[in-house]
Amino acid sequence: MLDSVWLLFAFPALGALIILFAGRWMSQKVVGWVASAAVLGAFLVAAGLYLSLVGLPAEERSVTVTWWDWMTIGSFHVPAAVLIDPLSAVMALVVTGVGFLIHVYSIGYMDHEKRYQRYFFYLNFFILAMLVLVMSNNFVGMFVGWEGVGLASFLLIGFWFDKKDDLYGWYADCGKKAFIVNRVGDFGMILAMIMVWSTVGTLVFTELPEAVHALAPATATIICLLLLLGAAGKSAQIPLYVWLPDAMAGPTPVSALIHAATMVTAGVYMIIRTNMLWHMSVPASEVAAWIGMLTALLAATIAMVQTDLKKVLAYSTISQLGYMVAAAGMAAYGAALFHLVTHAFFKALLFLAAGSVMHATDGILDMNRLGGLKTKMPTTYRTFVVGAAALAGIPLLSGFFSKDAILVAALDHNILLYVVGAVTALLTAIYSFRAVFLTFHGEPKDKHIYDHAHESPSVMTIPLWILAFLSIVGGVINLPFVLTLDHWLEPVIGEHHEAALVIELLGITLSIVIAVFGFLMARALYLRHEKWAERLAQPFTALRSPAQHGWYVDDFYHAFVVKPIKAVGAWFAGFFDPKVIDGAVNGVGTVMLDAGEVVRKLQNGAIPTYALSIFLGVVAVLLYFLFVA
Amino acid sequence: MALSIPYLLSIITFLPLLGAVVVMLVPGDGAKKWLALATTLITFVVSLLLWTNWQEGQAGMQFVEDAVWFAPLGIRYALGVDGISLFLVLLTTFLMPIAVYFSILYVDKKIGPYMALMLLLETAMIGVFLALDLVLFFVFFEASLIPMYFLIGEWGGKNRVYAAVKFFLYTFAGSALMVVAILIVYYSTGTFDIMKLQSTVIPPAVQTWAFLAFALAFAVKTPLFPFHTWLPDAHVQAPTAGSIILAGVLLKMGTYGYLRLAMPVFPQAAEQFGPLLAILACVGILYGALVALMQKDIKSLVAYSSVAHLGYVMLGVIAMNAQGVSGSVLQMVNHGLSTGALFLMVGLLYERRHTRMLDDFGGLWASVPVYTGLFLVVAMSSAGLPGLNGFVGEFTIMLGTYEYMPIFAVLAAAGVILAAWYLLTAFRKMAQGPITNPANDSSNLKDLNIKELIMVVPLVLLFFVIGLFPNLFFDKINPSVEAMLETRTAVMQAATAEQMPALQLAEIVVTEAK
Repeated sequence: MLDSVWLLFAFPALGALIILFAGRWMSQKVVGWVASAAVLGAFLVAAGLYLSLVGLPAEERSVTVTWWDWMTIGSFHVPAAVLIDPLSAVMALVVTGVGFLIHVYSIGYMDHEKRYQRYFFYLNFFILAMLVLVMSNNFVGMFVGWEGVGLASFLLIGFWFDKKDDLYGWYADCGKKAFIVNRVGDFGMILAMIMVWSTVGTLVFTELPEAVHALAPATATIICLLLLLGAAGKSAQIPLYVWLPDAMAGPTPVSALIHAATMVTAGVYMIIRTNMLWHMSVPASEVAAWIGMLTALLAATIAMVQTDLKKVLAYSTISQLGYMVAAAGMAAYGAALFHLVTHAFFKALLFLAAGSVMHATDGILDMNRLGGLKTKMPTTYRTFVVGAAALAGIPLLSGFFSKDAILVAALDHNILLYVVGAVTALLTAIYSFRAVFLTFHGEPKDKHIYDHAHESPSVMTIPLWILAFLSIVGGVINLPFVLTLDHWLEPVIGEHHEAALVIELLGITLSIVIAVFGFLMARALYLRHEKWAERLAQPFTALRSPAQHGWYVDDFYHAFVVKPIKAVGAWFAGFFDPKVIDGAVNGVGTVMLDAGEVVRKLQNGAIPTYALSIFLGVVAVLLYFLFVA
Repeated sequence: MALSIPYLLSIITFLPLLGAVVVMLVPGDGAKKWLALATTLITFVVSLLLWTNWQEGQAGMQFVEDAVWFAPLGIRYALGVDGISLFLVLLTTFLMPIAVYFSILYVDKKIGPYMALMLLLETAMIGVFLALDLVLFFVFFEASLIPMYFLIGEWGGKNRVYAAVKFFLYTFAGSALMVVAILIVYYSTGTFDIMKLQSTVIPPAVQTWAFLAFALAFAVKTPLFPFHTWLPDAHVQAPTAGSIILAGVLLKMGTYGYLRLAMPVFPQAAEQFGPLLAILACVGILYGALVALMQKDIKSLVAYSSVAHLGYVMLGVIAMNAQGVSGSVLQMVNHGLSTGALFLMVGLLYERRHTRMLDDFGGLWASVPVYTGLFLVVAMSSAGLPGLNGFVGEFTIMLGTYEYMPIFAVLAAAGVILAAWYLLTAFRKMAQGPITNPANDSSNLKDLNIKELIMVVPLVLLFFVIGLFPNLFFDKINPSVEAMLETRTAVMQAATAEQMPALQLAEIVVTEAK
């Protein structure tokens, strides 16, 4: 089975090619099902790989399949090879599993879309690139997928490239922004890869654990910080998270698949994958933990006050990714991957449910215009509540266990980190239910929208149900004290660090209290409008406007990064290049020509003859020199 | 044992010249056009024999031809090809049929002389990459100027005469320096044999001056910042086929000159001036990209992007280690393909809309999806998307550069961000957004037809082949590069050994004087 890993890639590649070349003769439905079938095929292969790994003894669960030598120059060598191990198997399952559900959902969601051929081509291409990312056995191969998914993201964010609205501006600009901001992260990735090769002599993941011992701590720190920059780009962390809220311009299934469940977790995956490097640098790991936790808090504060449902979910995604990065920074890799998986379920669910709302409201997700939809869209409502509860960390749902694992790790690691994480958890619970109440409960705020709302077709609701089921039970993959996932990952990440029992119990208790209090708070604030809660929220009203504007981070970047660079470029292009450099060239030329004016008149004035005679002259001079010598 | 074909290199070099003569002689525009195309195609097929009959793993020159040209001075007609020049020759013979076919479709004016000049140009370019004798190299190097001068000056845009003269005089000024340098080298070593020169110890003083002269000549050709201003003018004014060849092949004569001559023949001077050149290369990368970002004319955007891309090639060459140099050799090919393809795409659009201003477009993705999709692939190749060709070259160059001096690798990597920025900006303005001008909608703008796809698709396929299987190329490039580097190291050691006693003597004198 492990040898047929190529099938994992062949399915989406074939799907993409069929749609690219034959899609124009197929109906929307056929294209959608071809694309979905391709991903289903890949999922079955991934499941087969997973089962094959399970069948192996733990210490043999790392199989490299080499296809060809990719690049070789002297001592620099990179193979085109895949690594099948517990980590990549889990990632492949999530990517293809969630991916398949979202493909199916898209058939319903995109039923009025004229450019469905492109859409499903992009989607299959994305799956292919994402699989390359998670399966490659070396840095450079991973980077192929890394930028490949970036390209897919660019294409899908700007899918409606001729559309513009108040929320996003030109959709095409959102896609461009995503790609360029990610390139800033890639700058870090490229340098990190170069430094790794230059210092330890290999870029193959399985060779790194041996090789990294040669690494000086300071070098390891620089490498890891560069990797962190890469992760900050792809996984939307401080300081590069700004592209993700704009990425919501893409079709909602894309937001679910790429900008919630899979691609944006690539940074987290990368840190887990390169954990041997992070072990060499405590400072870099600390920085990662803090960047992650602060991102979680920052994004949660913004999510609190967004009025567009998708923006709430977008900032929530940034926030949850922050948790994962923080966990990875605290070397709680199992917890990071655990949250990655459960988040893939419940956030994909939330986005798809939001998409279902959009489908019913003709694209409107402004919560100021929604409300009361729960009777109109019972399935969407129920599944959304499941997703929100999982996100909020309501006990026994998947998100509760995975977030608790991270918070316990923080409590064990550094009390300050824990406090930030706990506050974030509280905000998370509040904004999750705020979204539920404002969208589905209360009085309809826009009669027209309400009247036209309808439940989505079953091709869309079935994926919702499946994801809702996974969001509820997903926690079983790594229950506290059982730690199936942590043990499964041991070949990759080493043994799980057990926190003291008292810390575990304290953490769980606090997690329960926080989630329940958050829920009650949200209910009091947004559903029942109770006095006590409003009084409690009173001191924070001054923060409302700046938080709504994302703390003006975008404006800051625009004023202090984009504008200056463009100004310099404009000065170069408008003045320095034509006037100074070219001016000097033409100045020299003019002097020469003036001097040659007399001579030039002797010529017949035709430039070609003039040029030719110069050439002949030089050849003559050359020959003269040669002969005389 | 591969089959050896006598005079193969001469055949490849002079087939186009023969074709040029025939094109001038036959009557009828149609016959001229198709004869020219047939010539370039036959030349390409014949040049593929170099690949099929290649002796794997051999580092030295292959298919060598060597005849006395002018005995008293030891000037020889010597041709040979190794891993460094092989793919530049193939690049030339591959791009020429595309450029000629484009001209067949879109050039009407004075087709006979036009095609003859194109073919003449091909002979000159191939000759530059194959010549093993300095004088022969120089003759081909100069000969390439004339056809390009006429192509721009006669078939170019509005401001063509200015651009052509500037192109000619600027490059020519560089060449004048090269004449001097060649003579200096000859007087100090007594040979014009390039390979022999690479293994000759040349006195430091001679090295410095000769290196500077060569470096300046090649810097103009490459072009290296700040000698680049002829390039945008030439590109904007040149006919499309001229731009394809200019960017695709002609600029490589500069970087090839560095790699074959300036760097290995004068190793000590090269080492001394290396950091300075690397600074110019990095400035070129960032400056070229920033200026490209602000361009309104797509052609001049692509021209400035060339300044940036050639900066990478220069960095690899300057690094003078295996990764840097092999990466550079491949990147020369990559740049030729990607930028050639960009100019081709721009040309295809220009023939439809007769404008190249970014602001005149918008929404092409809705009206001409095939064109736009292919344009995006080409742009991504140019932006160094991994999986495509550009990445392999850029990444290995940055590896080599890091080994040389880390700071330059950091600057080069920053260029990667800007590359995405200007290319996506162009894409955004051209292809995305709404259709504002009716001339851009699908009823007025036709998507690519089969004839046009025949030109674009082979290029795009090569992007993938190189991006995914670069070892097909590195296997042939590496041995020659490593041999050159070994020779260079040996020469440097010999030179230090020679200078050592003198230095020690000087030290003794100094201490005694005290």
